[in-house]
Amino acid sequence: MSLRGFHIVFIVFSTLLALGTGAWCIWVDLVEGAPVFLAGAVGSFVAAIGLIVYGVWFYRKMKRLRLIT
Amino acid sequence: MEIPYTVNTRPDTGLWNAKVGIWLFLASEVMLFGGLFSAYIFLRLDAEPGMWPHGLLNVPVGTMNTAILIASSVTVVLAWASLKMRRFWAYWWYMLITILCGITFLTVKLVYEWPQKFDHFGAFIKQEALEKYEPYLGNHHLEEKGLAPRREITGHLHNKAALSDPNIKEYDIALDPVNADPTNPANDRPHFLYQPSTDKIAKIEKEDVEYASMFEPRHSAYFASYFTITGLHGLHVLGGVIVFTYFWLPIGSKLYKRNPEHLANRVEVVGLFWHFVDLVWIFVFPLFYLL
Repeated sequence: MSLRGFHIVFIVFSTLLALGTGAWCIWVDLVEGAPVFLAGAVGSFVAAIGLIVYGVWFYRKMKRLRLIT
Repeated sequence: MEIPYTVNTRPDTGLWNAKVGIWLFLASEVMLFGGLFSAYIFLRLDAEPGMWPHGLLNVPVGTMNTAILIASSVTVVLAWASLKMRRFWAYWWYMLITILCGITFLTVKLVYEWPQKFDHFGAFIKQEALEKYEPYLGNHHLEEKGLAPRREITGHLHNKAALSDPNIKEYDIALDPVNADPTNPANDRPHFLYQPSTDKIAKIEKEDVEYASMFEPRHSAYFASYFTITGLHGLHVLGGVIVFTYFWLPIGSKLYKRNPEHLANRVEVVGLFWHFVDLVWIFVFPLFYLL
């Protein structure tokens, strides 16, 4: 696997981590009663969206530059 | 003598040699970290109720370090792509950012996170003395709520000499909030934000203590796993930073002028290593900080 392929795999895992962290923050808020973590949940979900957008941009860019075959 | 297949692919493998080498190396790394993660999971599953530390790490700091590593993976790929497009100065800047991200990650670990742990103390109370320290443990309150009991009293140790001097018969601890006010419902569950020790001092007699230690690897299986895995991961980050710096220095520019594709291939190989190291952290963060 090339670096660009591994990078896409990495971004997928990072996105899953961001989604998981967001869910964890909501859990901490609901079960543990720590509203401060709501901001963490919002931040995590925004990061997840950002990573998805970046992943798509990266794939298209690499394809356009013929760095992904 | 020129090293063969640094740029062109070998006819039999279809790859240039360094790429085969790095994937073989990464396969061994998967086994190394896989073994350590398995050990951690089994140790945790086998722990007695209430004996596995939880919520001791600073989640916001860990999250920041995670974001730094993810950002560094993006910049290393952009550095490699810049070389492929023969834009050396873009490569140079992206590589600099990657190096700075790696250094920042290590600095946070070595200057803030680890020292904070080394400065913290925990004493596991003997079963027969639990009642004596009930004001600090709050186990009756926990039992009513159906929660796991506490065995450990933690905080900042005032008389560190007590750890080594047998003539000192007790530990003087500035208690953590959880032991200072153990029946407060807010302390029923672990906290995930840093909470400094309180002003409330407890005197714990050594003869009532089963085991006591600073938050070091010997404190518990949890901290042994934590320091082993994060330490080994930190060494990998350091290795990556050293190699990136080598390619960022003028030696990289000389190689670029001689054969830009060769430098791009070298950066790709280190980039693969860096991605693996970052991927390990993607598993370390939820396992140690969140779950």
